[in-house]
Amino acid sequence: MRPVYLDNNATTRVDPDVVQAMLPFFTDHFGNPSSIHAFGASVGAAVKTARRQLQALIGAEFDHEVVFTSGGTESDNAAILSALEVMPDRTEIVTSAVEHPAVLSLCADLEKRRGITVHRIPVDRHGRLDLEAYRAALSSRVAIVSIMWANNETGTIFPVAELAELAKEAGALFHTDAVQAVGKLPIDLRSTAIDMLSLSGHKLHAPKGIGALYVKRGVRFRSQIKGGHQERARRAGTENTPGIVGLGKAAELAMKFMDDENTRVKTLRDRLEKGLLQAIPNAFVTGDPRERLPNTANIAFEYIEGEGMLLLLNREGIACSSGSACTSGSLEPSHVLRAMDIPYTAAHGAIRFSFSRDNCEDDVDRVLEVMPGIVEKLRELSPFWAGVGEAPKTFNPVYA
Amino acid sequence: MWDYSDKVKEYFFNPKNAGVLEAANAVGEVGAISCGDALKLMMSIDPDTDTITAAKFQTFGCGSAIASSSALTELITGKTLEDALRITNQDIADFLGGLPPEKMHCSVMGYEALQAAIANYRGEEWADDHEEGALVCKCFGVDEGMIERAVRVNKLTTVEQVTNYTKAGGGCLTCFETIEEVLARVNATMVGESLIAAEEAYKAGSTDKYALKIKTRAKTAVPEPAVVSGQMDRTLPPAAVQSPRPEAPAGRQMTTLKRIRLIETAIDGMRSTLRADGGDCELIDVDGDHVYVKLSGACTGCQLASVTINGMRQKLVEATGLALRVLPVS
Ligand SMILES: Cc1ncc(COP(=O)(O)O)c(C=O)c1O
Repeated sequence: MRPVYLDNNATTRVDPDVVQAMLPFFTDHFGNPSSIHAFGASVGAAVKTARRQLQALIGAEFDHEVVFTSGGTESDNAAILSALEVMPDRTEIVTSAVEHPAVLSLCADLEKRRGITVHRIPVDRHGRLDLEAYRAALSSRVAIVSIMWANNETGTIFPVAELAELAKEAGALFHTDAVQAVGKLPIDLRSTAIDMLSLSGHKLHAPKGIGALYVKRGVRFRSQIKGGHQERARRAGTENTPGIVGLGKAAELAMKFMDDENTRVKTLRDRLEKGLLQAIPNAFVTGDPRERLPNTANIAFEYIEGEGMLLLLNREGIACSSGSACTSGSLEPSHVLRAMDIPYTAAHGAIRFSFSRDNCEDDVDRVLEVMPGIVEKLRELSPFWAGVGEAPKTFNPVYA
Repeated sequence: MWDYSDKVKEYFFNPKNAGVLEAANAVGEVGAISCGDALKLMMSIDPDTDTITAAKFQTFGCGSAIASSSALTELITGKTLEDALRITNQDIADFLGGLPPEKMHCSVMGYEALQAAIANYRGEEWADDHEEGALVCKCFGVDEGMIERAVRVNKLTTVEQVTNYTKAGGGCLTCFETIEEVLARVNATMVGESLIAAEEAYKAGSTDKYALKIKTRAKTAVPEPAVVSGQMDRTLPPAAVQSPRPEAPAGRQMTTLKRIRLIETAIDGMRSTLRADGGDCELIDVDGDHVYVKLSGACTGCQLASVTINGMRQKLVEATGLALRVLPVS
């Protein structure tokens, strides 16, 4: 049976057209774009094309606002570290409690090793940012605000354009981790006050290990990687030319499929959610019901643990992921679900299904076919499950 | 995905003895939903022979928790209580062809449930035995007795292992120092009994708490109230941790020369201790907040070089008030 891949927020399949576009850059066009000779020149032109394709996808005003990097993590690190360097008299960072570890681990490290003050803005039960806390955290001490465009676990979208305006009033730089938003939502940076934006190739059908950081013209920037003058001295190191060409092609395709993502793919997602909630009691969708990525469904099933569901789904050829503690090797459920105050009865049993243009109706059917049985099997094993509409069974541990 | 043995997979996909045992006359419940795993063990014991004639389980938890529970029921069925009490968590893990280190706590949970069920049958208060020590990890409700037992039975010698086996310290880490204390104390006794070698024994202060786990704490999580009755309230919300921050602002304004002098003085202060151990160290360079040192004598190649470096970092940070990193050069 055809495997069902519903873990596109983790990574996507490289589009065959992207692969085709890249191939000549391993062999025929292997030159170094910095070289003067013909081998270099043709590659230099291809890099420029890719830059323009990306510029178009994110609505940047100038193509040179796009800096190619090795991916989302590097872009996030580069943006935040640069901001602290260009604003030495500001020692605070504002971010959210639900960022990707690419931002949160860096902030924790800066807090510990450099004495930077980090404000982690909380979210409500639907994952919506606490705007009052956000306003309160802004001050002339803040060097940079880094708030994600869309959350990788729940798909919740933050109002980054507004947040950027507020940051600007405080004189802080505004960076957004848009790794999950680019390619899924129309983006027009030119009309916003966003100073920097991170994106990653492998979330939009380009390869892993290639990404970009958008740096608005006029924003001061210090490269963290020292070396040659590539990328206008904003990112040293000989360019990953096949990756860049691939990312450019993927950007072009993403524009072409933007409608599909927001109509057909969204319908698939909605049908899955509705179907699961109809067939399975004690389950609910997490995240902002209104402002949400069209491809992401995060559903919490009460009284059971996520890993068991993933193992049983995997046996049926279905791939998705979980915010449960067990699957990550940590002992606590995902920081995103915890920040949302999702009760422990459900946080351990949250499953993320994330779609892409590669998915079809059959995929939804397959999940709808097997998921109720899987949940039922695990609930029968659970000492807490007392049946539909019943309060959980009492459990008297000698220790907890 | 985890590297589960075939036996773990088999016992997860087709668990034996799952469900409710109606005729149970011994029930042991351990864990809590907030902790991510919970096990209810039900046994039927023949009062004439004190033999376990049947056992069933219900488990909330990951694949290995379900497999461990099922393995436990297989291990104990047909055994006398006396024999059953000799089963350790390691026996459960062995039965399953081993568990990933991070999942050893699943086997410990099985062990605890068995103890609890037998105590329940005998009308004893097993919880009392459990409260011989104070609660150490509030996030996961782990007390001293449980840590001591896990350390002994499994010959644990690092804080990380204690977390893998008991979950203690898997949350907010405010109990880090207490875990260190218990581990060092039990290890010392074990050395006395020749259970482990003296070099293996844990020495308090030898682990960099932050290297162990850089946890980003958004806000204090509140465990779901009232889903479980009884002693659930022992699972207190983890205390919010404030990562201690060295007084950096003062440090930031310090001139480079002053910083280097401070660092030099601090390192000189440490040399006497190192020399006493037959080692030595030399300050090579300071670059921003990176301090490069060269270890020599008994310090080089010593298994504990990283421990030494961590200890030096702690002392340096204390002595200078700067957020420094110590890096060894050869
Ligand atoms: C929101 C978000 N930011 C950053 C990253 C990291 O991107 P990369 O894997 O390209 O480093 C990811 C994906 O893993 C992500 O989902």
